Amino acid sequence: MANSGVGGGLTRRQLFERRARRRALIIASTSSLAVVLAIVLLVPLAPGWEAVKNSFFNGEVFLRTFPTLLRAFLLDMLIFAWCAPLIAIWALVIAICRDVQSPALYPLRIFATIYTDVFRGVPVILVVYLIGFGVPGLGLPRPWNSPYIWGSLALILTYSAYVAEIYRSGIESIHASQRAAAHSLGLSGADVMRFVILPQAVRRVVPANMNMLIALQKDVALLSFIGPVEIFRQAGVYKSLLANFTPYVVAAVIFLAITVPATRFADALLARQNRARS
Amino acid sequence: MARLELRNVAKGFGGVPVCRDISLTVESGDMVCLIGASGSGKSTLLRCMNLLEPIDDGAIYLDGQDISEPELDPQPIRRRIGIVFQSFNLFPHMSAAENVMLAPRRVHHRDRASLLPEIQALFDRFGLADRMQHYPDQLSGGQQQRVAIIRALAMQPEIMLFDEITSALDPQLVGEVLDVLRQLKSQGMTMVLATHEMGFAREAADKVCFLHQGVIVEEGPPEQIFDAPEAPETRAFLQAVVK
Repeated sequence: MANSGVGGGLTRRQLFERRARRRALIIASTSSLAVVLAIVLLVPLAPGWEAVKNSFFNGEVFLRTFPTLLRAFLLDMLIFAWCAPLIAIWALVIAICRDVQSPALYPLRIFATIYTDVFRGVPVILVVYLIGFGVPGLGLPRPWNSPYIWGSLALILTYSAYVAEIYRSGIESIHASQRAAAHSLGLSGADVMRFVILPQAVRRVVPANMNMLIALQKDVALLSFIGPVEIFRQAGVYKSLLANFTPYVVAAVIFLAITVPATRFADALLARQNRARS
Repeated sequence: MARLELRNVAKGFGGVPVCRDISLTVESGDMVCLIGASGSGKSTLLRCMNLLEPIDDGAIYLDGQDISEPELDPQPIRRRIGIVFQSFNLFPHMSAAENVMLAPRRVHHRDRASLLPEIQALFDRFGLADRMQHYPDQLSGGQQQRVAIIRALAMQPEIMLFDEITSALDPQLVGEVLDVLRQLKSQGMTMVLATHEMGFAREAADKVCFLHQGVIVEEGPPEQIFDAPEAPETRAFLQAVVK
């Protein structure tokens, strides 16, 4: 071997790959370091930096508002926690309605089609406003005028439209031979859906639905516009009180602490699924 | 009365005829083998017999009853005619035992406890006793195909259809699946096979039908078809295959 002593039994190819890996690592770290240095050194040179630093990255304000904002974030988590399962169920109902074959149930199909068209076509914030202000405007008695109920409903209705489409893509991705095999055993159409198609379809779209969960996690903040003092609204209160934008940065950091691990998890799921299928 | 009878059956897809004017009788306990090139209509014919595909013209009789009547509910008929596919089509999210038990449980409303001894006996019989709890992706092709056969048998069908069930298998796994067919034949099961296993067809079939471009060109006992084919198409096909 040409490189005897260095490789300790490695082949020519393995040695080459090791050199290539090392070279790639060095280049990647050098260029990353250069970019970070440039940002750290150049941004403070901007004329307004002191002012920006003071109003967005004020350490004192950060520490003072963090505990309360974290507590306000619990409300976001709570709203998320009851919305997510309801979306999963309602979206499945819509997805199944769009797939019904029986002519007697055709109205369900029309309803589901219009439903997904409408709720995917309207901005979430508009739905939150219309339902969150509109329904309590009917003069309902407590607790039925609560913005929590109607705000959550707005999120559930909107997100279900997207998730229903994800379910449907999962249903359609199940090969026709599975349906044929199930029918050939004499199973009814409903049983084929329930025991053969849906369990496979739902599993297959878990990574896609994880992305919807992450989006929902963030959109819970939209409810602040109709009343609940969750993290975004609490940050707004602090902003007015302290004349400082740092509370918004705190809120962003808290959101990221949840959504970044969740995103990584979703990516890992997707990667695992792709590996399993190849 | 024939167990299964096809009279002048025609089937096409999007205006392209796949099966034309097919007439065929299958007597009780017979093994009928359909042979012919890919695309000759063997698979389509089997799918029509199981009512997975509606036929365009002609009629299919099961014990004298016209099962090709369009108004008929296909589900009760399908329960009487089992089919096994080339690509196994096991349900990947269920264990082998669950695959087998699904239809009896849902269709015959049997409970697991009462089913288990029967299912176990079937798995034993086909040499899969230790594979019941395995998932399809943990089984070899031959094992998967045998589970698929057990799944169809668990519905206690009167007739079994086999659609090129050994075509997707490694050569050394073909034997174990053909053994299952021999076993079924010895127990008197009525069977129709689409197959490329000419040796097996010659040895085990009671009747062989040669399909060419959607038509049964020639049919008869295996000795006649394989040793003294009359139609030039049959001769050409066998020459190409047996070589």
